[in-house]
Amino acid sequence: MPYFPDEVVEHILGFVSSHRDRDAASLVCHVWYRIEGLTRRSVFISNCYAVRPERVHARFPCLRSLTVKGKPRFADFNLVPAGWGASAEPWVDACARACPGLEELRLKRMVVTDGCLNHLAHSFPNLRSLVLVSCEGFSTDGLATIATNCRFLKELDLQGSQVEFRGRHWLSCFPKPSTSLESLNFACLDGAVSANALESLVARSPNLKSLRLNRAVPTAVLAKILTSAPKLVDLGTGLVAQSNNAGALPSLYSAIQQCTSLNSLSGFWDSPRWITPIIHYICKNLTCLNLSYAPMFRTVDLIGTIHQCQNLQHLWVLDHIGDAGLKVVASSCLELQELRIFPANANVLASTGVTEEGLVAVSSGCRKLNSMLYSCSRMTNSALITVAKNCSRITSFRLHICLHGSVDAVTGQPLDEGFGAIVRSCKGLRRLSMSGLLTDSVFLYIGMYAERLETLSVAFAGDSDDGMIYVLNGCKNLRKLEIRNCPFGNTALLAGTHRYEAMRSLWMSSCDITLGGCRSLAAAMPGLNVEVISQADGGANDAKKVEKLYVYRTLAGPRDDAPGFVSIL
Amino acid sequence: MSPPLELDYIGLSAAAGGRPDDDLKGTELRLGLPGCESPDRRPVAATTTLDLLPAKGAKRGFSDEVVPPAPVSAAGKDKDASGDEKDKKVAAPPQPAAKAQVVGWPPVRSYRKSTMATTTNQLKSSKEDSDTKQGQEFLYVKVSMDGAPYLRKVDLKTYKNYKGMVVGLGKMFIGFRTGEAAWILGKDGEYVMTYEDKDGDWMLVGDVPWEMFTESCRRIRVMKSSDVIGLGMSNSVPFSNTV
Repeated sequence: MPYFPDEVVEHILGFVSSHRDRDAASLVCHVWYRIEGLTRRSVFISNCYAVRPERVHARFPCLRSLTVKGKPRFADFNLVPAGWGASAEPWVDACARACPGLEELRLKRMVVTDGCLNHLAHSFPNLRSLVLVSCEGFSTDGLATIATNCRFLKELDLQGSQVEFRGRHWLSCFPKPSTSLESLNFACLDGAVSANALESLVARSPNLKSLRLNRAVPTAVLAKILTSAPKLVDLGTGLVAQSNNAGALPSLYSAIQQCTSLNSLSGFWDSPRWITPIIHYICKNLTCLNLSYAPMFRTVDLIGTIHQCQNLQHLWVLDHIGDAGLKVVASSCLELQELRIFPANANVLASTGVTEEGLVAVSSGCRKLNSMLYSCSRMTNSALITVAKNCSRITSFRLHICLHGSVDAVTGQPLDEGFGAIVRSCKGLRRLSMSGLLTDSVFLYIGMYAERLETLSVAFAGDSDDGMIYVLNGCKNLRKLEIRNCPFGNTALLAGTHRYEAMRSLWMSSCDITLGGCRSLAAAMPGLNVEVISQADGGANDAKKVEKLYVYRTLAGPRDDAPGFVSIL
Repeated sequence: MSPPLELDYIGLSAAAGGRPDDDLKGTELRLGLPGCESPDRRPVAATTTLDLLPAKGAKRGFSDEVVPPAPVSAAGKDKDASGDEKDKKVAAPPQPAAKAQVVGWPPVRSYRKSTMATTTNQLKSSKEDSDTKQGQEFLYVKVSMDGAPYLRKVDLKTYKNYKGMVVGLGKMFIGFRTGEAAWILGKDGEYVMTYEDKDGDWMLVGDVPWEMFTESCRRIRVMKSSDVIGLGMSNSVPFSNTV
């Protein structure tokens, strides 16, 4: 190999930004490994227990941006008991010692305490960006500490986190006379917000581009905010409704008309349906619209609005948009790339919502679709086959039929053929989540055709171990496999013994595996943590069925913060 | 946290009740192309179509020799289904009945569930009278008139504007008007129409746009003008009607 001075390699690698490309570059030779390690600025840790924080800092001493993910994804659906782990503390500690120049910290599904936020706030004076997605364990006091001490903060995003409300004062804590804030998202916050503090904050944040409010922010305050920040690009409204302040709505209408840069809209909460015309002022520019938290908007309101949003690329709505509404989407939103339909009422087993008709309509009209999350009450193979033909560019396809084990609504068959068509046509499919009645055949198809598949979520599917074996043998790029309520047993589990080290993680719950099988896996693969979560006492003999299993590769060995209900084999 | 309900892996719960007819139908002989199950049969039977798959019995690992039924032919079958198949019913086959609520299904993030639950509770806490149940396009509110022995209920959706509503209500209460005073609403009229809004306040009908009114109105009360004290009728109500 020709000799390149280190500085040249360093310079070249500076242009390589994606994690995967950097990972690949670091495998070329020792020199490149070293240089790449020294120059990597942004590190992504997909499982907080896969490696010790100190080791990360040792390899990447110059990192400036750290992303860490914690709990397994099924924690979102209450399948992981509280106290399981994923504390951010060790990461913040290690980072504070090794890398006080940290600029960005992104955590997902981790437990972050106020103490941790305090530590953060005092350790990283240069912090520009703090993003806490689906995190928990902290309160508004912690936010106050961050606001007070991180004087250069540009981004504070609490997307989907659970925050304990301890007072409104945190909003007043941001720097004065002006802040560097570009993005602030506290939509998930329960609890009141001080109107004055919020208005004053927006007024002194000249760079603010993205603002997502919580439902406690009333119309009048929103109107004032928009008047002082007409350059907003992304807005999450508070509650927009008739208020005692008679002038609020009219001033909101005129303020929003001045927001010519606004292209992303969300929020609304319990806003009544008659406010939907307000969206019409900015329809032409909208590329992202999230109405999935606005249950009061009826089909006719949604249709009237979406019909005008010809430039929409991302649409999140509730399922009462109906098939009729989706047909309007199909004819109006030709630029649509991502569609998510959520159930308006998650507890109703047989909702009315959307059906296969809507899905087919959207797939025919919106040819640029690459990502779908579709919650519906029924589906047919024929519809899925049509979707596969129309949208072969799909990279993420998640179908949730509300009644688990649903058959093809017309033929009564399992939905194997439909999903089979999807994996066969959509060569770039990276993420798949299935539902309905599914036999081993669908797994056969997945193993055969889904070459690029990285994440697979399966529930109430399959007939025998073969199903899981097909997938483990076939999908070479599989990283995350999440299985619940499927008849896969020890044979299936152990068939993947040598696959799991190439994967990020495996989750199996309510399947047919026993403690004995898990022990065999743990014994065969010391590079894996085999965690069994069980809350019932039942002795520890090998024949005992395992309620929940979480297997992940790790360099860190068994973790030392496992609670009582987790046994690491 | 209670463990998830024990379900057999076909997806039926032990409690899935079938009618007696189902069992008999299961034993009936039927005409049909090989490989298709009449949707009448309980879904348990449907899964036995697996025996159509080549080499299902032998537990082979994934092998190139296995030829799965190509999706194309399945599409063909579906086309036939709508035409020739007389046995197949187009109606949805009976899904196993009474599936219990299972932890974490459908997969909706707990953040979303709790946010929507809050919204639904706020909806429910508003008076039951004005019911904006999801998907229903009617809006019944109670209407009371002073002096009338009983109340009425009207669907506000049947009216397009205030005038229509006033006319309709006038007709409804025609039997109860005391004396010969004309049914005029307004500062000169005998009656004043008021309504209770979402917040529980009593408001004068006519101030807000019709759409807004229907959204926030919970019940209507037609009061005698003589009972109205200090409502500040300096602006004339924008409608009046004689019936």
